[in-house]
Amino acid sequence: MSVTLDIRLKRANKVYHEGESVAGVVLLVCKEALQHHGVALTMEGLVNLQLSSKSVGVFEAFYNSVKPIQLISSNVEVAKAGKIPAGKTEIPFEFPLSTKGNKVLYETYHGVFVNIQYTLRCDMKRPLLAKDLSRNCEFIVHCQPQKAKVVPTPVHFTITPATLQNARERSLLPKFLVKGHLDATSCVISQPLTGELVVESSEVPVKSIELQLVRVETCGCAEGYARDATEIQNIQIAEGDVCHGLPIPIYMVFPRLFTSPTLETTNFKVEFEVNVVIVLHDDHLITENFPLKLSRV
Amino acid sequence: QRTFSKIVYDTELQRCRPEAALVEFGDYHPLKPIMVTDTKTRHGARKGSTSSSSSSSSSVAPDPLSSMLDGTDPLSMFAAASVIEAPAMSHSRKEKEEEAVGPDFETWSSKRGEILARFTTTEKLSINLFMGSDRGKAPSPGSSAVSEKVRTRLEELDDLEEGSQKELLNLSQQEYANRIEELNQSLKEAWASDQKVKALKIVIQCSKLLSDTSVIQFYPSKFVLITDILDTFGRLVYDRIWTMCSDPRPLTDSFTVEDVNDTAKETCLNWFFKIASIRELLPRLYVEAAILKCNRFLNKCGIPETLPRLTAMIRGIGDPLVAAYARAYLCRVGMEVAPHLKDSLNRNFFDLLGTFRQVSSDSVQNQLVLQRVEVPEYLTLYSPAVNWILQCIAYRAPEDYVICAEIWVEFTCRHFSKREVNTVLADVIKHMTPDRAFEDAYPQLQSVIRKILTYFHDFSLLFSMERFLPFLDMFQKDSVRVEVCRSIMDIFIRHQEEPSRDPVILNAMLHICKTMHDSVNALTLEDEKRSLALLIIGFIRMVSFGRDFEQQLSFCVEARATFCNLESVLVQLIHTVNQLAMETSRVMRGNHSRKTAAFVRACAAYSFITIPSLSSIFSRLSLYLLSGQVALANQCLSQADAFLKAAVSLLPEVPRSISVEGKLRSSESFLMDFINNFLATLLVVPDHPEHGVLYLVRGLLNMVQDYTWEDNSDAKVRVYISALPLLAAMSQETYLYSIPKVDSNETLYGGDPKFLSEINKLSETLIGQILDHLKALGRDEVRQQPLAFSLFGVLLAHGDLRNNKLSQLAVNLWNLSHKYGHCETRVSVRTLECMKHQAQQADMTHLSDTVQRLALQSRT
Repeated sequence: MSVTLDIRLKRANKVYHEGESVAGVVLLVCKEALQHHGVALTMEGLVNLQLSSKSVGVFEAFYNSVKPIQLISSNVEVAKAGKIPAGKTEIPFEFPLSTKGNKVLYETYHGVFVNIQYTLRCDMKRPLLAKDLSRNCEFIVHCQPQKAKVVPTPVHFTITPATLQNARERSLLPKFLVKGHLDATSCVISQPLTGELVVESSEVPVKSIELQLVRVETCGCAEGYARDATEIQNIQIAEGDVCHGLPIPIYMVFPRLFTSPTLETTNFKVEFEVNVVIVLHDDHLITENFPLKLSRV
Repeated sequence: QRTFSKIVYDTELQRCRPEAALVEFGDYHPLKPIMVTDTKTRHGARKGSTSSSSSSSSSVAPDPLSSMLDGTDPLSMFAAASVIEAPAMSHSRKEKEEEAVGPDFETWSSKRGEILARFTTTEKLSINLFMGSDRGKAPSPGSSAVSEKVRTRLEELDDLEEGSQKELLNLSQQEYANRIEELNQSLKEAWASDQKVKALKIVIQCSKLLSDTSVIQFYPSKFVLITDILDTFGRLVYDRIWTMCSDPRPLTDSFTVEDVNDTAKETCLNWFFKIASIRELLPRLYVEAAILKCNRFLNKCGIPETLPRLTAMIRGIGDPLVAAYARAYLCRVGMEVAPHLKDSLNRNFFDLLGTFRQVSSDSVQNQLVLQRVEVPEYLTLYSPAVNWILQCIAYRAPEDYVICAEIWVEFTCRHFSKREVNTVLADVIKHMTPDRAFEDAYPQLQSVIRKILTYFHDFSLLFSMERFLPFLDMFQKDSVRVEVCRSIMDIFIRHQEEPSRDPVILNAMLHICKTMHDSVNALTLEDEKRSLALLIIGFIRMVSFGRDFEQQLSFCVEARATFCNLESVLVQLIHTVNQLAMETSRVMRGNHSRKTAAFVRACAAYSFITIPSLSSIFSRLSLYLLSGQVALANQCLSQADAFLKAAVSLLPEVPRSISVEGKLRSSESFLMDFINNFLATLLVVPDHPEHGVLYLVRGLLNMVQDYTWEDNSDAKVRVYISALPLLAAMSQETYLYSIPKVDSNETLYGGDPKFLSEINKLSETLIGQILDHLKALGRDEVRQQPLAFSLFGVLLAHGDLRNNKLSQLAVNLWNLSHKYGHCETRVSVRTLECMKHQAQQADMTHLSDTVQRLALQSRT
C-alpha cells in the first residue's frame, strides 16, 4: 500500500515575515483508503549553536551547555484519527507566525556554528504494523525591514606593499599598486556588493583577483565565547594578467540562506566580512579585509 | 571551505526541483501530446522520460542547432498556437521589432561553419574536466558541521560525477569536436533525466575550457563548439521555465512579467542565484550570458541591466583573445534578446579597442613564442569575434553607422587613395539603402560629400570612383540633392584649372548640372535660378574638346537640350558657339576650307535656331547682332543677313518698358544703345544682291519710324541723327573699317554715283525729318536745343561744310541751340576751339568762315 505525504506551502518562495500566516496544504496521495490515528502538524523555529573542534578543549566546561534556542513552536492536529479516502486529499492549514513574549524571530540562516532554521513537520500516526509517516518542510523567515535608513558610503582603498600588515620582508615584495572602492560596506542583503578595482601597476603579472565572503560566528555565554571565521563563497572577478589602468567591476550577490542581516544577541553573533584577494603569478597572496554590515530594508 | 560552497548549488537546486513537478496538465492542454513526459517525481524512479526537443535532436539530424529550430520545437508550436488563439494579445509591431532581429541579420549559424573550417590545427588537443575539482581537499571546518542530510545529498552528487572527472589528452581536432558533442549530448541527457546539477556542472566545465589558450590557433573553433553547448543549455533552461507557465494557457511570444507565475519566477531566480555563486569568472560570465533571456520571466529591466554588467565583467579577463570572444558571445546573446540595446554592443567594442594593447603584453607575447605563433597569424584569430561584434553594432544602426562613416571617410580621404574611399562609399550605400535609411541622414551624408571634396580636387579621379555617383543617388529629397550638386559644382569651378574633355568628368558633371537644372520649376526664385545658371555656365566654360570643334558643337547641342529652362545658360551656349566659330576662323587663319565653312555655317544655324527660344528681347537682339557679326566675320553672308534681318524685324516687339532687377524701367536707352551698335555694324554689311540698295538701313529706319516711341520722346529723331554718320561713312571711297575677306558696299558699288545719290537722298530725308521735328518742338527749347546742337555736331563732323546750304544749316542750328542760353557754354567754347584748330589744316580752311559766323552768346 503506497502512500505519500507532503507539505505544500502557498508561497512559491517559502518566505514569510513575522506576523504573517504560514499557509498551505498537507497533501496525501494513496491508492486505496487509508486508516490512521491522527495527522499532526508542528511548526518550530530553532537556533542551533555548535562549537568548533578547536574550541572544544578550551571551553570544555560549557561545551555541553550549548543547547538549541527555541524561537517559536506550535502544534496542531489537522486530522483526527479516521480514514482517508483513496486518491488525492488536500488538508489546508494556516499557522500564525508570531512569538510569545519578547522573543524575536531571527532571520533564517544556515551557517557552520550557528544555524537558524524554521520547519514544518507533519506526522501521521498509523495503526500497528504500519510505519508512522513524517514529512519535514523548511520555510524561510525574513526579519522585518530595519527602520534605520542605510546610507551608502563608498569605502576607498589603495593596496601597495607598504600598506600590507604582516609582510616580513617588504623589500622582497614585487611592486604593485591597486586602487579601488566599495560602493558601501553597509549593505542591503538583497542587493549585490558593488564597487570597482583598478590594477594601476604590478611588477609581477596578476593571476587572479577574488572576493571572499566570510562569515564570523561567535558563540558564547557568561563563561566565555568562541569566535570562528569561515568562507561562505569565493567569487573570482579577474583572471590572468588584467589590463592595467582599466576599472574592473566588483560585484557579488549575497547568497540566500547563507547570509542574513548582521545579528548580535546575548548568546551568539553572526557577522560578515569580505576579503579582496589578489593572487600574483608568483603565488603571492594579497588580502584586504572589509567588515560588512548587512541589513534588510 | 570550497566544499561548502558546492552545497550552495546543491540545496538551491534541490529546492528548484520539486516545484517543477507541481505543474499539472489538464486533458484539454494543447501541449499534452508533446509534453506529457515532463511530469516528474521528486523521489523514486525517473520514468524513462525525454522531452520531445531532446529526442528530436538525438535523431539523425547532424546539426543540433537546426534540429532545435524545426517545426516540431514546442516553442514555435506555442507561437503558432498563440497567433490563432489569442490574436488580441499580440504586441505592437514596433515592440516586436525591438525584441528580435530580422531576416536582414546574418545569423551566427551561418558563420559558425565558416569559422570551424578556417581555424584548424593538426596539433594535439586536450580536454580537462574537473567535475569534482573540489574533492580531495582538506575538509573545511564547516564540513564537519554539515547536517547529515546535506552530506548525503553531497555524496549522491559525487556519485553522479564519477567517471566524468577526467583529462583527455592527445585529441585530434575531430576527436575534440566529437568529445564536445558528446558533452552536448550528456548535457541534454542529464537535463532530460532531471539531473539539473549535473547539467549545470557540464556547462560550467565546458565554459572553463574557454580560458585555456593552448593550441591558440584552434581557439575560434573551440569557441564555436563550446558556445553550442551554452546555447543548448540556455534554451533548455528557458524552455523549462516557459513550460512552467503554461497553466492556464501557454505564454505568448510577447509575454510580460505579469503572465509568469510565482513558481516559475522562483525557479528562474534560483538559477540566477546559483550562477551568481559560481567561483570562476569565465564560467560565471558565460553561463549567465547563456540564460540571459530568462530575465524576461523576472522583470522588465533585467536584460537592460544585466548586459552592461556582464560587459563590464569581461574587463576582468586578462587574456585579450579570451576576452574578445567572451564579448562576441555576449553580443550574440544580446542580439537574440534585445537587438535594440546598442549601448552594450558599443561598450563591448570600445572596451575591446581599449584593451587591445594587451596584445603586446609579456604574457601574450611569451605565449606566442611558446606556441610558435607569429603575431600576424595571432591577430587573425580575432577576426571572427571582431567581425561579429561589428556586425551586431552595425545592425539597423544607420544613425550610429553614418556618424562613424562620416568620420571614417575623412580619415580615408586624408590617408588613403580613391580605391579605399570608394570602398567606404560602397559600404555607406550598402548600409543606408535598406529601408531608405538615408532619408534620416542627409546632413551626415552631405558632410561625407563635403569631406571628399575637401580632399579630392581632381575631378577625373573623383568621378572614376565607381560608387561616387550611386552615392549621390541617395540624395533623393530635391532640395538636398540640389544643394549637394551645388557644392560639387562650386568646388569644380573653383579648382578645375584646365578645361576638360574627359568623358568621365563630362558625363558626371552633365548629370549633376542636369539635376540642378531639373530642380527648376515655376516656383523657383529668380535668384536661385541665377545662381544655378551661373554654376552651370561655369561648367560649360570648362568644357573644351580642343581642336575637335565638331565634338564641341555637338556638346552644345546636347547642353541646349539639357538646360533649356535656364535662359542665361542658353545665352552662354550661343556665346560658346560663336566663340567656336571664331576659333575655327583663327585656326584657319581666315581661310575656311569647304569643311570648316560648312562647320561655321552650322554654328550660325545653331545660334539662329536657339535665339528665338529666349524670352528676353534684348538678349535676342544683341545675340542676333553678335551672331550676325560672327557670321560676317566667317564670310557667311546670307546667314549674317538673316541674323540682322531677324533683329530688325524684332524691333517692333520691343516693349516700351522692361523689368530691370525687378523694377520697371523705360527700355528707350537700351534700344538706343542697340540701334547705335547695329548702325555701326551695318557699315560693313554688303547689300544683298536681290534686295535694293541699303536694304537693311532702310529697313531699320522704317522700323524706327513705325515704332511707337514714348510720348514726348525725341528718341526717334536721335536715331535719325545717329544714322547720318553711318550714311556719311558709307559714301566714303574707302571705309573706316572692314571685315577681312568680306566685300563691303564700297567694293560692291565702287563709288557708283547712283549709290551715292541714294545715300544723299536718304540723308536729306532724315535731315528733313529732324528739322520738322525741331520746328514742331516750337518753343520747347529744353528739348529743342540739345537736338539742334547734336545735329550741328553731326554736320560739323560728317558734313561737307563747303556746301553753302549745309554751312548755313549748321549756322542756323548753332544759333537755334544758343538762342535761349540753355547750352553749356564750356561745350560751345570747346567746339569753337576745335573748329578753329581744324580750320588750320589743309582743305579745311572753309571752316574758319563758318566759325566767324558762330556767335557765342556771352553770359550775362
